Amino acid sequence: METGSPDDTGAADTTDAARTEPVWTGLPPGLLRMRRLLLVVWLGLLTVAAALLPGLFLGPLWAALALPPLALLVWGWVMLERNWRSWRYAERADDLLISRGVLWREETVVPYGRMQLVEVTSGPVERHFGLASVQLHTAAAATDATIPGLDPAEAERLRDRLTELGEARSAGL
Amino acid sequence: MTTPGPEDGTTRAPADTPPPEPAPDTPPPAREVVERRLHPVTPLRRAWAPVAVLVGWALHDPDQAQRQLTRLTTTHLLIGLAVLIPAAALYGFLTWWFTHYAVTGTELRIRTGLLFRRTAHIRLERIQAIDVTQPLLARVAGVAKLKLDVIGTGKKDELAFLGAGEARALRAELLARAAGFAPETAHEVGEAPARQLLRVPPRVLAVSLLLTGATWGTLLAALAVPTLLWLATHNLWTVLATALPLLGAAGASSAGRFVGEYDWTVAESQDGLRLDHGLLDRAHETVPPGRVQTVRIVEPLLWRRRGWVRVELNVAGSSNSVLLPVAPREIAESVVARVLPGVSVPAGPALSRPPRRAGWRRPLWWRGYGLAVTDAVFAARYGLLRRRLALVPHAKVQSVRLSQGPWQRALRLADVHVDTGANKTVTARLRGADEAAALLRAQAERSRTGRRDAPPDRWMA
Repeated sequence: METGSPDDTGAADTTDAARTEPVWTGLPPGLLRMRRLLLVVWLGLLTVAAALLPGLFLGPLWAALALPPLALLVWGWVMLERNWRSWRYAERADDLLISRGVLWREETVVPYGRMQLVEVTSGPVERHFGLASVQLHTAAAATDATIPGLDPAEAERLRDRLTELGEARSAGL
Repeated sequence: MTTPGPEDGTTRAPADTPPPEPAPDTPPPAREVVERRLHPVTPLRRAWAPVAVLVGWALHDPDQAQRQLTRLTTTHLLIGLAVLIPAAALYGFLTWWFTHYAVTGTELRIRTGLLFRRTAHIRLERIQAIDVTQPLLARVAGVAKLKLDVIGTGKKDELAFLGAGEARALRAELLARAAGFAPETAHEVGEAPARQLLRVPPRVLAVSLLLTGATWGTLLAALAVPTLLWLATHNLWTVLATALPLLGAAGASSAGRFVGEYDWTVAESQDGLRLDHGLLDRAHETVPPGRVQTVRIVEPLLWRRRGWVRVELNVAGSSNSVLLPVAPREIAESVVARVLPGVSVPAGPALSRPPRRAGWRRPLWWRGYGLAVTDAVFAARYGLLRRRLALVPHAKVQSVRLSQGPWQRALRLADVHVDTGANKTVTARLRGADEAAALLRAQAERSRTGRRDAPPDRWMA
């Protein structure tokens, strides 16, 4: 998988090459860091609790109860990276491509002319890690086009660019 | 859309003049906005509510109702009436008095509300459909309800009630303005002449309902379940409590559908498609050109021998979904070609089946899946016994998605979803992975370019 730099504008060219070969952009590592930290905090607490409480009250052998959460932690650590790697998007001349998912793969194409609204959201935790997500809405509620964990500057650039392109290519229903 | 022919010119004179400029965003100062009120019978529309409450209470508890009734003296009754009737009348009168509507150059304004004011501005070029409906009592009183379908409004904007003639005139005016006629001439353009495409005979409708599994299923349930309950419990009330809703459902799916779809007429006019139907409650629906998002051709098992189909359609923001309750396939296809200009319904053999390995994912049912993409529509079929073929014009596609689960990945299969503005998603199921990927790219391209030769929002401008 190729991950281009975030400020890739090559996809905006209307050349045939750009149209057939999308230039994919991956997500910045901030999202992975945030998700891993959350995973470690929550599952780490659970592991410690599962090891200490039965270990102290019932006997040292019961501390083995900490193994399942620990395994989950390790598995989650790996899966989060795979999931993060699977997220990518490409700005093409006339539409936006979003691809994601490891086991359940999903790829969405939204023509710029169909966009009704572009949203940039950022929760408190996301803000702390300097992340923001961009969500696209079309007239179809089933359209599920969200790009999470972007750099706020990149999110705003994307929003402005999408809005601009949407206006230029706008079409009714 | 063709230009108005000579036979149209007589009733729709302004259409022969050169096409007028689209109305400007601000209403022209020459013509003042006239605010109008609804029909004076409107306050009576909720008059049945207190009566219904009383009847419901009496039925719910017959013994106590009898006792209360005997205790009731004339004075009590008179006092009750003296308070209730003026209060209800005053409320009805005030809501009527404070409801206004006005047609301006670009929008319809509805002002309502006594305490909480609400003003709805409905942009005319955004209207997706206009319905004039007449419930039974409204037909007796000579009034009608005008309903406007606009995208994104949860609460339906309707004008209830207007005089029947007034409702037709208003509909004609709204459609003329939405079509792009100049505001000065819009109110005298009149109703566009309609050309009848199809009328469903009552006999065919009745036979089609008799050949529907749902009719017999609900009827059977309504007979069998109470009988079994009676044998098990011997309790009359339990039996009644289950029999009544079941009978109601059975009635709604057979007699109710017959009454609602009676005398189904499809006509075509410059203002779009007109659907008139109903035995007791009459409904007159108008779908302007280019508003239809998806069309579904449904073919129940028992209808197949007769070659009948049912056609359903989706318009954004509208609840109407039936285009033809029953019709022979060729006629239905010709009507679909009118609704979606330039579209021909792909025939059965033109639909490509999923690859054979799809049988591992969905045994037996995979045979019902099919897909055909022409230069005008994306058509996907599903269903084994009750076959459904969904058509989406490329211009109406909002987004395209490809999804693939682990089991599908192992079999190198994928689904392609096409989302439309009417919140309907049409899915091509279990295509080969490479085919699906190519389809995703090609469909995005087609959807983007499909809009180019679509008719404008103001279809006469």
